Amino acid sequence: MEGGRAAPAGTSRITVEINGTTYEREVEARRLLIHLIRDDLDLTGSHVGCDTGNCGACSVILDGTLVKSCMLLAVQVDGASIETVEGLADGELSPLQQAFSDHHALQCGYCTPGMLMSATALLRENPRPSDEEIATGIQGNICRCTGYWNIVKAIKSASGQEVGE
Amino acid sequence: MLLRDVGYARPGTTDEALGLLAEHEGARPLAGGQTLINVMKARAAAPDVLVDLNGIDELKGIELGSDGTLEIGPMTTTSELIASQEARARPILSDVCSQIADVQVRNRGTVGGNICSSDPTNHLPPVMVAIGAELTIAGPSGERTVPAHEFFLGVYMTAVGPDELLTKITVPPGRSDGFASVAVGRDGTCIVNAAASANGELRVVLGCVSAVPEVVRPNAADPEAVRTAVRAVSLQPPGDVHASSDYRRALAEIVAVRAATQAAERAGG
Repeated sequence: MEGGRAAPAGTSRITVEINGTTYEREVEARRLLIHLIRDDLDLTGSHVGCDTGNCGACSVILDGTLVKSCMLLAVQVDGASIETVEGLADGELSPLQQAFSDHHALQCGYCTPGMLMSATALLRENPRPSDEEIATGIQGNICRCTGYWNIVKAIKSASGQEVGE
Repeated sequence: MLLRDVGYARPGTTDEALGLLAEHEGARPLAGGQTLINVMKARAAAPDVLVDLNGIDELKGIELGSDGTLEIGPMTTTSELIASQEARARPILSDVCSQIADVQVRNRGTVGGNICSSDPTNHLPPVMVAIGAELTIAGPSGERTVPAHEFFLGVYMTAVGPDELLTKITVPPGRSDGFASVAVGRDGTCIVNAAASANGELRVVLGCVSAVPEVVRPNAADPEAVRTAVRAVSLQPPGDVHASSDYRRALAEIVAVRAATQAAERAGG
């Protein structure tokens, strides 16, 4: 995300680091970030749910900040560092992912990659969130299966707090 | 979603950005993109060139003057404003910014973008008018400053011309402000909203009821005086799937009373 690019271009060569791997690609200015991630780089963990910025299934962490990758252009991440759901597990599931499994925090799983990225961003900023703070942390992620409660439990449990039945 | 073909430029200074806007017919500034990218998907907007303002550091950040005046860079994100120590000088700003959309959108969406998109359901236009903000606009012929009540010209239309940029938001000191809304869900789009400020003369400003923020000047903050003042402006709000015109008019009185009461309470405290 460094430097200026003064002349308008329809296509640009960008360099971006995703989950520790550096990629260089030629992208059209009109290409959304989620399509660079899924279609060009084959990192299909991040999902396209609504494609209108509502559902949060495409959430990724861009230079430490949680964003929805369907509302950014791929050219905007030139020089940036991105984390997607593929970066969470290191051989085995991360404690957060394990908590999602233990607490049945998913049914169809479509929203899960986005939920995991939102929860990851939340727990970095707030290691022991209250239920209310968790609800705010995932307010940009829609789940149509679980009714959210098991997701809140999983996030709370991953933060090392007691979770009731 | 595939957008219409578009050119992209990422200037590093305001002057470069203004040059690009002037040179390219159909160029449009891109702030946080949390509205513009979506309307481009729907092709409701189809600019030929996007001038990305995210690389312009001089448009970011919040400064607090010794007299309590805040100067906000329009490319400050709503999350940055919420976290800003300086912005606490005018508490309504972070109160309202934290009600906009969700974490991801607040992380990327900007204060200037919320103002300049001039969507009648946005949160910040009525707040800006209520608190008497001044908006500095830069263009080919230099800089000018427009008071917020003259800034909003219509739906998606502001005093910022096609070859101009909002470069600074100046907020006077004050703490006696209020905001209330009825939204689609807790964090959704506003069906009706109202901002109030009781720093000096009481001013209540309604959103979602007209193309631009509607200013109401009750002669007192008590509910009956506020209701009377709202009725006196004879609102003709639009009706839609969320609220009929009559219902939106009824809600407008309620949120006006809530915002004015909050502002008055903060004046007392």
